[in-house]
Amino acid sequence: MTRPAGIYLTCLTGVLWREALRFVHQRERFIAALVRPLIWLLIFAAGFRSILGVSIQPPYATYVTYETYIVPGLIAMIQLFNGMQSSLSMVYDREMGSMRILLTAPLPRWYLLASKLMAGTVVSLLQVYAFLIIAELTLIDLPPIGYLAVLPVLLLTGLMLGALGMLLSSTIRQLENFAGIMNFVIFPMFFLSSALYPLWRMQESSDLIYRLCIANPFTYAVESLRFALYLEAGPLSLGIVAGALVVFFGLAVWGYDPKKGLVHRRGKG
Amino acid sequence: MDETRGIEIVDVSYAYGAKPALAGVSMALRPGRFTALLGPNGAGKSTLVSLLSALFVPQDGRISIFGLDLAKDPLSALSGMGIVFQQQTLDLDLSVRQNMAYFAALHGLGGRRAGRRIEACLARLGLAARQKEKVRALNGGHRRRLEIARCLLHEPRFLLLDEPTVGLDVPARADLVAHVHALCRDEGLTVLWATHLVDEVEADDDLIVLHEGTVRAQGAVPDVLAASGAHDVLAAFHNLTTPAPVEAVS
Repeated sequence: MTRPAGIYLTCLTGVLWREALRFVHQRERFIAALVRPLIWLLIFAAGFRSILGVSIQPPYATYVTYETYIVPGLIAMIQLFNGMQSSLSMVYDREMGSMRILLTAPLPRWYLLASKLMAGTVVSLLQVYAFLIIAELTLIDLPPIGYLAVLPVLLLTGLMLGALGMLLSSTIRQLENFAGIMNFVIFPMFFLSSALYPLWRMQESSDLIYRLCIANPFTYAVESLRFALYLEAGPLSLGIVAGALVVFFGLAVWGYDPKKGLVHRRGKG
Repeated sequence: MDETRGIEIVDVSYAYGAKPALAGVSMALRPGRFTALLGPNGAGKSTLVSLLSALFVPQDGRISIFGLDLAKDPLSALSGMGIVFQQQTLDLDLSVRQNMAYFAALHGLGGRRAGRRIEACLARLGLAARQKEKVRALNGGHRRRLEIARCLLHEPRFLLLDEPTVGLDVPARADLVAHVHALCRDEGLTVLWATHLVDEVEADDDLIVLHEGTVRAQGAVPDVLAASGAHDVLAAFHNLTTPAPVEAVS
């Protein structure tokens, strides 16, 4: 049966509103999301500034400080953690049962999951802009229009990393298993990328690690953001991020398919 | 949707891996009736609820909700269904009204229409004065009432409740059972109430006894009592779910 478009919009608004309310109620989550990248920016990067210089490379027109270099990586880090946080919240909702309320709404499951994904991404945008304001006030100097230009790319990268989290949530059976995500997903994705060091430097050190970095979709999220902040498009990076979004989201929808049986595995007599 | 056709479950089977949960279950719920689905723990009640709510897909058989095939048109079937799961599904950090509004949005109800329905459903369940309170502040009985109020928001014609009185004290349990019976009687809703507690079944209900994934008896309560040779529901439940003693061989 075809359902009126207004129902879809009302549902999306409701899911966005609920996620925003939950975010407002979880002030610790917001503070943690800000403190993490700020520690990297204000302490780690300050310490490494004199050791690691970044020579001129696109999209930078001149030599940039290390703090400036790692800002896109830290933005992507916020979105990566937010995606995993959303994933954790989905596993929690499933354990607590409230996921069933979402999944029994009379709308296609892919749409319900897409609404949830969109809501998580909007929350990540709030976190990113709060971080950028503090970064701008302290250390870095970005083109003002860059803050606006980066918005559509933030949406894309946020959706891609959120979809990855959603995919993981469909495979995790218990909340206790979630700690493994930190060791096996977040850290490898972040460190095996161009977030903290240019890839040409990585290639000088280890060709194998360099190859892992270029196979990591997080690298392309970082590079898309880096170019967008300086008003340039990175079509290859954007294409790979979009492709990864389609794959991760498609697999997540498949993971939540009742025929495959997310709830099936968890059912009771 | 043809309400006169009630709910039909025909030869439905479901297994978790090699472990069968339901084996060839068939039942029919009469429209506008309160049907108690009575079974001990592990009988397959929650599996049946998950199948009826389209969270699971039957491995065999078919389910029809007011004439709509659940496998072919799950969205239309779900839009006419109000579900209360065994596990509580409220967001504890949101207020009573916010929980209601979220659910209304999931069912496409927004704006003033949602507001009117929220007021009406909360009033119906006696929660109108508590709508600004956080759910965390409600006791177990009121949380369950809120879940029932919430499942009525989109004006469903079929209520599906999976052990909704679990964890409630005796007065709260009696209160909830009376509320749902009144809803069924006053508004002509078709209700399936899964439980393992015989005292939740009333004399004029319909009754289905489920045990080890199969239907042991079904019909109006007097018919089930007659068929099982019992004088009350407790005795009928015992007769239908307890294996006959093995005779000693000398």
